[in-house]
Amino acid sequence: MMKQQTLFQGKLTKQKDLFIPFIVAGDPHPDKTIQYALRLQEAGADVLELGVPYSDPLADGPVIQKAARRALDAGMSLRKAVEMVPELRKAGLNIPVVIFTYYNPVLQYGHEAFIDALEENGVEGLLIPDLPLEESEDLNERTKEKDIELISLVAPTSEERIKRIAEQARGFLYCVSSLGVTGERKEMAPETLSFIEKVKEHSSVPVAVGFGISSNDQVQLMRKHADGFIIGSKIVKLIESSLEVEKSGDEQEGLRHFSDEVNELVQA
Amino acid sequence: MLTSMPNHKGRYGDFGGKYVPETLMAPLEELESALDEAMQDEDFLKQYNEELKEYAGRPTPLTYADKLTKELGGAEIYLKREDLLHTGAHKLNNAIGQALLAKRMGKDKIIAETGAGQHGVASATVAAKLGLSCKVFMGEEDIRRQELNVFRMKLLGAEVISVSSGNGTLKDATNEAIRYWVANCEDHFYLIGSVVGPHPYPRMVRNFQRIIGDETKEQMTRDIDRIYACVGGGSNAIGMFYPFLEDEVELVGIEAAGKGVDTPEHAATLTKGTPGVIHGSLTYLMQDENGQIVEPYSISAGLDYPGIGPEHANLFKTKRVRYESITDDEALDAVKRMSRAEGIIPAIESAHAIAQAIKEAKEMSKDQAIVINVSGRGDKDMATLMEHFTEEGLQ
Repeated sequence: MMKQQTLFQGKLTKQKDLFIPFIVAGDPHPDKTIQYALRLQEAGADVLELGVPYSDPLADGPVIQKAARRALDAGMSLRKAVEMVPELRKAGLNIPVVIFTYYNPVLQYGHEAFIDALEENGVEGLLIPDLPLEESEDLNERTKEKDIELISLVAPTSEERIKRIAEQARGFLYCVSSLGVTGERKEMAPETLSFIEKVKEHSSVPVAVGFGISSNDQVQLMRKHADGFIIGSKIVKLIESSLEVEKSGDEQEGLRHFSDEVNELVQA
Repeated sequence: MLTSMPNHKGRYGDFGGKYVPETLMAPLEELESALDEAMQDEDFLKQYNEELKEYAGRPTPLTYADKLTKELGGAEIYLKREDLLHTGAHKLNNAIGQALLAKRMGKDKIIAETGAGQHGVASATVAAKLGLSCKVFMGEEDIRRQELNVFRMKLLGAEVISVSSGNGTLKDATNEAIRYWVANCEDHFYLIGSVVGPHPYPRMVRNFQRIIGDETKEQMTRDIDRIYACVGGGSNAIGMFYPFLEDEVELVGIEAAGKGVDTPEHAATLTKGTPGVIHGSLTYLMQDENGQIVEPYSISAGLDYPGIGPEHANLFKTKRVRYESITDDEALDAVKRMSRAEGIIPAIESAHAIAQAIKEAKEMSKDQAIVINVSGRGDKDMATLMEHFTEEGLQ
């Protein structure tokens, strides 16, 4: 299928080979989030997924659950995460930002006020993992009006839903690599590649694969077969180990360690 | 009409729906169509009703509480005796229905969450009977306070998986069961124990529990003025209320006030909560201003849940059902009072309904009648009761 221009308000011009890292806002505190985001941009990130910590993250495995707990304990919230985006810009982040949040905090914020806040703070995309197509009508309309991409997901179980979801996908289409919650997987299931092919047939936006990508081999495979790859748990783990390095050295040494590890993970 | 809910999107008024990761959408659609087929199939219904009768011991009696009625001097009090059902609580009605459906769908592995352990025991029981494997997710705090039920599940051949996230109670066990289901949805059936979760679970569980209300209607030889049932997730209450929704009967649901609704330690979701999404459903829940879910508290593990079924949320909003709350201490007093008045030791969960009924019955006239759903028996609560009554004395 012909690819249409990916928008993100014109800030994403690439259609292929997209590196999309995920970090939890405020893990372990907001200043650090800014540092890690900049390092990821340096390492070639095309879009940043900024995760909002939640008390009951149903789609997440233990690594992101723990990161969310650290960020909540440090006082992070949906409002603060969105308001962090202008600070990221000020510090030099140019790539599009997608706010990743569970639905309940959005519901408490209020749809209208929340989408206004995204616009005011210069957020280009939104991803809500527990808001399937059937429940997303109102937010879909509201984000369209403000030219904010509402990212959709497809999963290996989606089958005949793939076409319906892919056809209305915006920004990029998040392809869940395999069954289960977020977290490292030793191997990609063999069915994953045929699943990606099938999704690509129906999608007019880039197809980015996430869940379980944690090694350079897997990254290479996704560079070859998909339009992009999303890395969450593994990046969060690299943040954990950089904090360990920091304990025995200084902050710069921790960040250098983080950059080195990320570069090694995503190198072409 | 309240009885025609939910609509095709799983909505009860504003509440319900399916707020789940995309991975679960297809399994939920598969479940819904299998359920609808099964409920049209006479053989399936016959098998369900036979198991309820020959295995579970239905119908359960409706007992006139002669002494308690006289002591209070008000309305006649009748007790629906779900405490006499096999495994000791109403949970088995639903577990039998869902396990038969799992088998019909060709899924021989079931998973379940449990709080007090009653649903875990019911699931382990039907799994043993029908030859299914069974994993039960249970919070580590609940494992501590419900030691006896943990042993029962293991004796029945189930695997009990300890959940340490959050407070280690029912909410956390449900999170972990859902996560496990997301990873294993192709060959596992998730047997939810209450009228919570994404559509079609609240409707399915209600329909497997409505036998409580249907029987009560048949057994009662006179008009009923009020019906009382305790509410955690709300399955025994909805099972009792649903057949009466269009009748002129006042329905009263009782939540757990824990140490008091003006303290942070309670589980009174409707009394103190606000609308939000929990475990795949839009309903009332206990949360902070940022939409983070707040940990509940109740002495009764079965009511210790921060959400409530979406159908209750709608019955609350439309005022068809009146919801009250009862503290730990009031519930414990009701356990003692019912034990001594009628020789029935109720579960602490059920004692919340009894406590509210006792408060109100004495204000009612002698020609009125009330029914209390005694959803379970107190055997599982002996450790908690011993701890409490040893301190206070059993005078």
